[in-house]
Amino acid sequence: MSTPVLDVRGLAYAYPDGHQALFGVDLHVHRGERVALLGPNGAGKTTLVLHLNGILAAGAGTVAVSGLPVAKEHLQEIRRRVGVVFQDPDDQLFLGSVRADVAFGPHNLGLRGAELDARVMTALEQVGMAEHVDRPPHHLSFGQRRRVAVATVLAMQPEVLVLDEPSSNLDPASRRELADILRSLDVTVLMVTHDMPYALELCERSVILHDGTIVADGSTRDLLTDDALMARHRLELPYGFDPRTVGPAPGRAPAPAAPAGPTG
Amino acid sequence: MHVPDGFFDAPTSAATAVVAASAIGTSLYLARRRELDDRTAPLAGLVAAFVFATQMLNFPVAGGTSGHLMGGALAAVLVGPATAILCLSVVFLVQALLFADGGITALGTNILLMGVVTVLVGYGVFRVLQAVLPKRASLVPLLAGLGALVSVPAAALVFVGLFEVGGTVDVPLGTLASAMLGVHVLIGIGEAVITAAAVAAILKVRPDLVHGARRLPTATPLVVRTSPVATPAAPAAPTGGEA
Amino acid sequence: MGAGHGHRLHFHGHSALHRAAAHHKVLALLGFMLVVVATPRGWWWAYLAEGVLLGGVVLASRVPLGFLARRMVVETPVLVFAALLPLIAHGERVDVLGLSLSRSGLEGAALLLVKATFGVVAGLTLAATTEPQALLAGLARLRLPHQLVQIAAFMVRYLDVVTDEMRRMRVAREARGFTARDPRHWGVLARSVGALFIRSYERGERVHLAMLARGYDGRIPLDLDRPQAPAVAPRGHGHAHGHAHEHAAAPVPALLTAPAEHA
Repeated sequence: MSTPVLDVRGLAYAYPDGHQALFGVDLHVHRGERVALLGPNGAGKTTLVLHLNGILAAGAGTVAVSGLPVAKEHLQEIRRRVGVVFQDPDDQLFLGSVRADVAFGPHNLGLRGAELDARVMTALEQVGMAEHVDRPPHHLSFGQRRRVAVATVLAMQPEVLVLDEPSSNLDPASRRELADILRSLDVTVLMVTHDMPYALELCERSVILHDGTIVADGSTRDLLTDDALMARHRLELPYGFDPRTVGPAPGRAPAPAAPAGPTG
Repeated sequence: MHVPDGFFDAPTSAATAVVAASAIGTSLYLARRRELDDRTAPLAGLVAAFVFATQMLNFPVAGGTSGHLMGGALAAVLVGPATAILCLSVVFLVQALLFADGGITALGTNILLMGVVTVLVGYGVFRVLQAVLPKRASLVPLLAGLGALVSVPAAALVFVGLFEVGGTVDVPLGTLASAMLGVHVLIGIGEAVITAAAVAAILKVRPDLVHGARRLPTATPLVVRTSPVATPAAPAAPTGGEA
Repeated sequence: MGAGHGHRLHFHGHSALHRAAAHHKVLALLGFMLVVVATPRGWWWAYLAEGVLLGGVVLASRVPLGFLARRMVVETPVLVFAALLPLIAHGERVDVLGLSLSRSGLEGAALLLVKATFGVVAGLTLAATTEPQALLAGLARLRLPHQLVQIAAFMVRYLDVVTDEMRRMRVAREARGFTARDPRHWGVLARSVGALFIRSYERGERVHLAMLARGYDGRIPLDLDRPQAPAVAPRGHGHAHGHAHEHAAAPVPALLTAPAEHA
């Protein structure tokens, strides 16, 4: 078997105030997979995400990215390999223009000049935001800001894209556009979400994190249709949504219905 | 109120600017060494935005008048004196340049009065009391409030002193001092109550954020297990592997 | 938003003043106001000249006078203080409408009002003709310490976000029938202040995390908001926007303008 892109073993972590959030997490994600990370509030999902690129350091256990252990001496390379898109795009877009925000990551990786410009434009084209390159991020709509936030990470050409609640606060059209974008990317994805239909649509596989441990790992459809499992871990499907009656999730990259055009 | 252009004569404005600049220089040095690291810019920027927002918060004092929070003592207790001076200085800079609130020639004066004096006096009182009284986290809000209480009239007094030296109008010292003190003791009480209650509210939720209440982090041994803790209703069966 | 801090101080325009470099404008404001502050009492012709000069600059900026006038509310506290001066100042008294006023107080108040008004008008003109981002770049050029510029940059970026959170909390209080009328309500205001601090600080932490996640090493490059590559040949569409930088805004390479053109 190939080296997993994400290889988390026995990860435990307690915050400085003594609150322990992770109790021995094991998780392996392989190249090209799209995996949904499900779990109730307070399950430790965000804490786990912060370990994947070394923002938090494991209290016990190990995290490796394509074989490279997450440790102080490799942080720069780890952060290039693991791109994290945070939940609130306002946290991620902190500079004065879309261009500056997207350029920030690759600039830190040492890119300069034309190469940097090309990286920025490629990433913005991938999310359909190229024409907004010179606008201040706070003048964009929420859905546009979320897409730019994805571009800030894509510009670093990560091996794995980690998204924290990518569909939250999006209107249905923006939500669908983002799904098209994510499907079109040729990159491993780990997606933290409460949005079960989104998980089913985008991810073949899901894992459930509850109380700081992985309690289930399998095909998204199997997990979502296991009523006892779902109830035990405080997971619920939205009203009217039945994963048994939903057709098979589209495969990778049926060329996205160009997420073009300003949505206002 | 923010001191406008023309309130103090040019030498006084220049002198206060020099004092403010050296206070900022010292704070830059100390903040880098003691309080923050590479987090300085984003955190201090957000704290500055917070101070700016709280200065927009008017609180009713008496007889239809209202004061607004100065926030010097509050910021000092929350993020430490050096970072607080940097944040407040940036607030006054942005207010002067982007909002024309406070004259540009009076920028040094405003930073000195409402940034440096309130922070140093407020934090000084807080620290002295903390050294004298028993070291208990429950006292932190009270002490912060007392620091705020003293810091506002102290700034008013420094203002009166500056006015005596470099004011552009000849006002009797006693009249000015008593008028300024009277008003600012009242505002100080409001500032004190709000500072104390705000610090108490923050201590309840994020005690680690209150600089003035920092304790050594307690090292708790990590627990490693592979299933969720038992919930009261149904003891969770381990569900490892596939579902 | 309250307290005289209207948030849209910048007035979009293309006058010579809009195009002037931010650091030149800041220096001009500072120099002008130093001269105003140092102008001795009684040199009325000098004040007149300063007023004419300032008026000319304001007209040249083509910022509507009503736009500036509405924003002059920041001067209100100064008016109150100036009104008190004739009552409390020393010296020879004069009777005006039955009030015994100090002549030096009256003069001082008039002088203060003139100087403060010049300051507010000049400051508002700077703010109206300069984008906040350009102003920050200008401060950096004036050698303001890097760290202060960055704190200011983050503050400006998140000002609306934070004041908006405060406004939402006020609306939530008022929706439940609460308005702060007297000191008994301080406690409620204080809890809002505490909550606002936690939200602001936690956002600061999250912003910092998002920066770390992209390889932040403690320095933020300030020149990323324009294309980095040296231009090969000038192409038409690089509409050099507003602020003048040290390198004149580089014409946008063809590759980069292509997607924007059909938009």
